[in-house]
Amino acid sequence: MADKILKELTLKIWRQKDAQSKGKFESYQINNISGGTSFLEMLDILNEELISKGTEPVAFDHDCREGICGMCSMFIDGRAHGPDDDITTCQLHMRKFEDGATITIEPWRAGAFPVIKDLMVDRTAFEKILQAGGYISVNTGGVPDGNAIPISQDDAEEAMDAAACIGCGACVATCKNSSAMLFVSAKVSHLAKLPQGRVEATRRAKSMVAKMDELGFGNCTNTGACQVECPKGISIANIARLNREFLSATIKE
Amino acid sequence: MSSFLSSSIGKKLIMSLSGIFLVVFVLVHLILNSFLLFDSTGELFNAGAHFMSLPVIRFGLQPVLFGGFIIHIIYAITLTLQNMKARPQKYAVQNLSNSSTWSSRNMFVLGGLVLVFLAMHLMHFFIKMQITGEVPTTMLNGEEVHNGAKLVKDLFTTGTLGLVYTCLYVLGAILLGLHLSHGFWSAFQSIGFSNNIWRKRLEKVSYFYAFFIAAGFTIIPLYLHFFAK
Amino acid sequence: MTVLNSKIPAGPLAEKWSKHKAAIKVVSPSNKRKLDIIVVGTGLAGGSAAASLAEMGYNVKSFCYQDSGRRAHSIAAQGGINASKNYQNDNDSVFRLFYDTIKGGDYRSRESNVHRLAEVSGDIIDQCVAQGVPFAREYGGTLSNRSFGGVLVSRTFYARGQTGQQLLLGCYASMNRMIGQGQIEMHERCEMLDIVTVDGKARGIITRNLVTGEIERHGAHAVVIASGGYSNVFFLSTNAMGCNAGAAWQAYKNGAYFANPCYVQIHPTCIPIHGEQQSKLTLMSESLRNDGRVWTPLKKEDAIKLQKGEITANDIAEEDRDFYLERRYPSYGNLVPRDVASRAAKERCDAGFGVNGTGKAVFLDFKYSIDRLGRDVIEARYGNLFQMYEKITDQNPYELPMQIYPAIHYTMGGLWVDYNLMTNVPGLYAIGEANFSDHGANRLGASALMQGLADGYFVLPYTIGDYLADEIQVPRIDLNNPEFVKKEKAVTDRMTRLYNIKGNKSVDSFHKRLGNVMWENVGMARNEAGLKLAIKEIEEIRKDFYKDLRITGDFDAMNIELEKAGRVADFFELGDLMAHDALDRKESCGGHYREESVTEDGEAKRDDENFAYVSAWEYQGEGKAPKLTKEELVFENVELTQRSYK
Repeated sequence: MADKILKELTLKIWRQKDAQSKGKFESYQINNISGGTSFLEMLDILNEELISKGTEPVAFDHDCREGICGMCSMFIDGRAHGPDDDITTCQLHMRKFEDGATITIEPWRAGAFPVIKDLMVDRTAFEKILQAGGYISVNTGGVPDGNAIPISQDDAEEAMDAAACIGCGACVATCKNSSAMLFVSAKVSHLAKLPQGRVEATRRAKSMVAKMDELGFGNCTNTGACQVECPKGISIANIARLNREFLSATIKE
Repeated sequence: MSSFLSSSIGKKLIMSLSGIFLVVFVLVHLILNSFLLFDSTGELFNAGAHFMSLPVIRFGLQPVLFGGFIIHIIYAITLTLQNMKARPQKYAVQNLSNSSTWSSRNMFVLGGLVLVFLAMHLMHFFIKMQITGEVPTTMLNGEEVHNGAKLVKDLFTTGTLGLVYTCLYVLGAILLGLHLSHGFWSAFQSIGFSNNIWRKRLEKVSYFYAFFIAAGFTIIPLYLHFFAK
Repeated sequence: MTVLNSKIPAGPLAEKWSKHKAAIKVVSPSNKRKLDIIVVGTGLAGGSAAASLAEMGYNVKSFCYQDSGRRAHSIAAQGGINASKNYQNDNDSVFRLFYDTIKGGDYRSRESNVHRLAEVSGDIIDQCVAQGVPFAREYGGTLSNRSFGGVLVSRTFYARGQTGQQLLLGCYASMNRMIGQGQIEMHERCEMLDIVTVDGKARGIITRNLVTGEIERHGAHAVVIASGGYSNVFFLSTNAMGCNAGAAWQAYKNGAYFANPCYVQIHPTCIPIHGEQQSKLTLMSESLRNDGRVWTPLKKEDAIKLQKGEITANDIAEEDRDFYLERRYPSYGNLVPRDVASRAAKERCDAGFGVNGTGKAVFLDFKYSIDRLGRDVIEARYGNLFQMYEKITDQNPYELPMQIYPAIHYTMGGLWVDYNLMTNVPGLYAIGEANFSDHGANRLGASALMQGLADGYFVLPYTIGDYLADEIQVPRIDLNNPEFVKKEKAVTDRMTRLYNIKGNKSVDSFHKRLGNVMWENVGMARNEAGLKLAIKEIEEIRKDFYKDLRITGDFDAMNIELEKAGRVADFFELGDLMAHDALDRKESCGGHYREESVTEDGEAKRDDENFAYVSAWEYQGEGKAPKLTKEELVFENVELTQRSYK
């Protein structure tokens, strides 16, 4: 089956030298891209052309290119991870675009995710939230047998639904308030649904939310955009659970 | 507890509790207003209005109601300012219509417009009836009471202004409905009473409730304007 | 000549590890506080090691090139993790897991290491469960298992198709706890570019901060390399774009032996290359072969029509389809091991029977299973994989057969290590895919995760103490030591050299050329002439690279081209070493297939008499041929047999 060929595309890409500089959009033409090319490969092609002209290639985050590492970001034509559902940018293919289109590519925009260069942002804020409590406090060794505590299949599946989060930041990027509630709630829910994680569930919810607030993310207003744009389909039911965990933690205090 | 109230989830809890309180108030208000539809003499409505101006309500419940409004508004402003600060640089292109409803994204604007409407509404009725007292009176069970029913009917039927006010009140009802369509289920989500099953149910209830309230408040001025002359 | 001392403990196989543990030295808690350890890489091996060592009280400095430790490529492992728990009561045992792994590795790994791996495998599962890894469960609440290629028992634990991700998040969570407590100093977006030895002992590393471009010095009492494998030497592989051999390669250039570089695993079920601009290959789970039938057209004219896009698979009559795996291997059929399936696909495509535009693809057809089981059953089993396939290829695998082709997936070779996982450089350790020790010439499915975590959680934390117990008198490493100054300058010079070439071609263009030579000559099938040609061609491309490379952007700031250039420079040398190793090993074993060493019917033929050894290569300086040292493999507990899947 022959792939469609996009004869000409205009790319409007955000270029920013470094965190301190002021960025701006640059336009580039790119020709003869086959529909089977992935979006990132299209950027590779652009970069090849830029290098051959002696200019600096566009910096963007990417790594596994199979939708699991969560490294790739980018706001493409107004949507996190571009105009397709349930995928990361690396899984987006050019057949989703029309010939002659102008594609606007921006970095994630959030105060908590400052731009490092071009389309790359610094998502260390997520790591700080995880360091505040996104774990079960066990040391290596001296743990009970894996089958010692039965876990119902439903609980394990629900925990897995939340644990599927790849921490890419699309939720923050999409949210009109730049809220990190979907990310934090996925992490809290994953551990709260398991008996091993239950032990320190209240402490975890409180410290992770406190860290999230401190880092300057916005407040959740339940628009639900995050769950639609999440490449892994994490549900905002997790946000309700986080609210519950947090409130009960406060009441118990 | 102070750290709780300053946390994002704590603030959201206050928004949702005050919101639920106002949701209940709006329903009571609509029930009272609907008396205008069921009794063209206005006696039923006047009785209700009279009850609402009893000292126990006037000095007991009214401050609570105002408190609810004020808290809801203050926290809305605080949260919105924080949210705006969380994205110092906006997107050049942002397409959210695919992922969220218009009303969910514009709660602050909707709330603000409802507030403007509310100010006008208070001037029309509440200030006249409860503060300045420049209201026609009528006899009800041998007692002289405010003829609120006439005040309302006059507003919607007098001259060209009557039509303007009718339109404004219909608009206000629609704005309120849109605000409620998101606010209702969102309040439950914020207090943690939601999951994948209940969210769908609550959203349905939310849309139904919003429609019911909006429709109710729309019908009354339209009915009075067109049929109560 | 240096004689390699593998330090395998004496005694019966099953007692080696416990006796060794009892015999090695331990560092007291108060002394652990005074000792620093550098861990390079945050995948399953590096992450679990960093967390465990920090919990024990060592000061750990952890490095990764990604923006977060949780993005290391272990995250992409789909299938599962093996452990000899015998939860299914199917007579699994430590010995059986040991035996399967040795046999699967085509008898080219150390018995002692593999047995230890099997011994600790059960503990890994317990540890992961305690960390909150949401493994699949039965209705009764116990852990669920699935079976995997090459074995007869169900011992694979899994979390949907994202086992690697969940295990990595588990050990990353443990790391986070230690980072929060200040016990791990985390350096993200930071790439190790050289190793510093002082008086023959590893004492630190030189890194480049990928955001600022600064060259930095980091000292420690021991250095652990956990930087994964080198599949990206082929340019196209299933590895992440950033995966590189830099850390291991610098270790090699500083005197560490590199073992079995030619052992590369090729995965048979990947989505084929679609064109010149492809950057990355995507793996489709091996489980697909359980229900899919592999075929190519029987008639060449059909193949040509397919290649031209004139017909589709459905136009080819049943009797004109060649189910070549079922034809060649009647007893295993479509379920032959990875290396066999890969070579058979290559054979068909080389003969001109490839089914897509590039002629490099075969069909994996689910029509027969759908007819037999119904679409619902197939959808329940593979729905997400089918969806992924459709997103990438825009073809519906329920209606048209999938197209697949083998791709480079994993490297069994790596830094040579002794039983303690220490390289021949004192204080320098290598764990996970970065070392060579456990998989021999071929790795079984679901064993990479097991090995990474075994090394990091339960082996290195013990064995490193044996070395560090003698280092407690050594004060914090002085970063102004002349060795650090020298190495920092060496790194700066190396990068400056690359930056100043100012030629005309991009890094990727050279990397693609290298990959092409590697794939054609050092890939699935190798022969003497091809390997010699590869060595020559690699040298030519390398020369071009140093003449005509163009790096734009700033030197002392973030520069993605400069990063890549450093990695590709290493790949040239590594590719050369792989070819040398493949040339030396005149037998076929596991992933290494020499066309000169085959049975009459074209199957791989091992030569135990002459090649039952580990090839350990020593760096001799730029432009000089590497030197080979052999570590003989001794098999006392298993009998060496020729694999057959007929």
